[in-house]
Amino acid sequence: MKARRPKLEMLSPDLVEKIISEAMEILGGIGVFVENGEAFSLLADAGCKVDQAERRVRIGEDLVRLSLGKAPKSIQVFDAAGDPAMDLAGDNVHFDPGSAAVNVYDYDAKTIRKPTSVDVVSFVKLTARLKNYAAQSTGVVPSDIPEGFADRYRLYLGLLHCPKPVVTGTFEVDAFQPMKDMLVAVRGSEDALREKPLAIFDACPSPPLKWSHLTCQSVLDCARAGIPSEFVSMPLSGATAPVTLSGSIVQHTAETLSGVVIAQLAEPGSPVIYGGSPSIFDMKKGTTPMGAIETMMIDASYTQIGKTLGLPTHAYMALSDSKMPDAQGGLESGMGALMAALCGVNVVSGPGMLAFENCQSLEKLVIDNEICGMALRLVRGVEPREFPMATEQLHDFFKENHLLSHPSTLRWFREEFYFPGKSIDRSTDQEWLKRGSLSALERANDEVQRLLEKDVEPHLEEAVVKTLRKIITDEGERKGVEKLPC
Amino acid sequence: MNSEALLKEMREAVIQGNSDAARNLAEKGLAAGVDVNKILDEGFVKGIEHVGRLWEDGEYFLPELVRGAEAMKAALAVIEPAILAGGQDRKRLGRAVIGTIEGDIHDIGKTLVAAMMTAYGFEVTDLGADVPVTTFVEKTKETGAELVCMSALLTTTMVGQKKVVDLLRERGIPAKVIVGGAPVSQDWADEIGADGYGESAVAAVEVARSLVA
Repeated sequence: MKARRPKLEMLSPDLVEKIISEAMEILGGIGVFVENGEAFSLLADAGCKVDQAERRVRIGEDLVRLSLGKAPKSIQVFDAAGDPAMDLAGDNVHFDPGSAAVNVYDYDAKTIRKPTSVDVVSFVKLTARLKNYAAQSTGVVPSDIPEGFADRYRLYLGLLHCPKPVVTGTFEVDAFQPMKDMLVAVRGSEDALREKPLAIFDACPSPPLKWSHLTCQSVLDCARAGIPSEFVSMPLSGATAPVTLSGSIVQHTAETLSGVVIAQLAEPGSPVIYGGSPSIFDMKKGTTPMGAIETMMIDASYTQIGKTLGLPTHAYMALSDSKMPDAQGGLESGMGALMAALCGVNVVSGPGMLAFENCQSLEKLVIDNEICGMALRLVRGVEPREFPMATEQLHDFFKENHLLSHPSTLRWFREEFYFPGKSIDRSTDQEWLKRGSLSALERANDEVQRLLEKDVEPHLEEAVVKTLRKIITDEGERKGVEKLPC
Repeated sequence: MNSEALLKEMREAVIQGNSDAARNLAEKGLAAGVDVNKILDEGFVKGIEHVGRLWEDGEYFLPELVRGAEAMKAALAVIEPAILAGGQDRKRLGRAVIGTIEGDIHDIGKTLVAAMMTAYGFEVTDLGADVPVTTFVEKTKETGAELVCMSALLTTTMVGQKKVVDLLRERGIPAKVIVGGAPVSQDWADEIGADGYGESAVAAVEVARSLVA
């Protein structure tokens, strides 16, 4: 007897079909706008009706269905050592920190500021040491180097300081080659990288229905290198997408399906992830709340559609719009992580993130690690461990008047319970007082200090480090960066 | 097996929480003529102290802590009669009576403290839960205990702890009093004239050790 996996399904099967069918009609009718010349030609050659002047491409349902049939149903991602780290299949859930924050929350200064390369290093080292993150992300954009160099430099720091696979992406078209070179340097060869992907590249279409040159190029390059592309469609309900949740989901479906087609035309069988970062539009502040329950409902819905279409899924969940790791930070991230886990989202990006995906916090990354641990525990469900389930224990209870040292307790307690780290306080009130009445944020900061002080063995061979260093130094010179910060 | 190897196995048995092994090793040690105080101090006690450290480090959880304490108790059950039979006096940390106060049926915290204190070498008389004030006092007198340990989990029963302290003092019984339980605090301990307070089972044992030192 196996545990039932608790599961959340937002949409009725009937509505799923209606959404997919309307998205197909939109792709064939309104079509999508493709800036990239090569992608445009690929689509035209595949028989799509194109309008050169408008850069508009109308994609028929047959081509979409054909492309869906070619895309892999599951994707395995491996760490720097080549060991399996993520199995993007079925309802498997993996968390990774939310990516590309342009700010960090500075605990000591109690403010938000621009990150430096030192912050990037702390961030990836911390990710390496927090066990509920299956992957790292290039989650912090350093401000002490030129903007056009940041995409590749943050990947360099990530590969250097964290053995986990990395969710990343390009800011400029010419970043792909050096970024791929670094991945190949760690993996050993291009074939080995294709065999065992080390990175996932995000590709964000622009709402509504538009594929920028940069995004398209990333999809094409990744497809040919066997690097998984993660489509991050981001309809803004009420602003750049219909205000109805269902309407936004239809738009998301159309945008994402067009991405699947582009990738499969570039390289049939190339790995793609059905992802997104939609949001409702805040009608007072004009912001894009990732912690809004409706945003999470759209996430839950489109991942259900992705699963129906047979693709691995991704969502930006387990994050918050608060400006610091406070109660709002915890509640929005907690709700998001639980919903993502219940939906069986394969890649959940978000932990550590604040302020509409703009600000990372080391302390929040520590707290969110616990949220993720609890969410992962939840979906393991209630497991029937032994039969009878309680009789023997109750017979034995009166020997000691407790079950703390009962063989079944010793056998199962570590598997039955999730043991949170020190940011979660479960001590008595008196012990809490005695230890200085610390808040979750203060305890998380203690954990940040402790984890970053820990010595760890370098995970890369000296020769690989040298190659990485050479790639990034050459690239820096090309970009006019004379001295690398770290 | 030489006595060093035997002592190491004794420590291991407690660390692993293996009561059967602890009992057998105690018997083996005695049969081999190893000094009883050496068996205790360099064998089993070192083991339980190691368990305490693993607990402090966050490696061990309560089940492992209690298992270790039980292994210790199993060893002591073999060693103590041998000490008495040999006419020797065992180095005892102290005698204690322990229980949950009248009106309160919460047992687990108190049981944990009792197990830990036994493991560390106290002679513990566990009175159970829902223990009347007079029983605490009478048992203390009867056993000659140096320590009275009282748990309360309800704010409504906390006052019973004060009654016990008052009655002990009234009758001139010199035992020291340790209080514990969720609603209890150092302030409360001070207020009712108790000698110690432990915010957890491990802390309570530390307090007990310091009070008899």
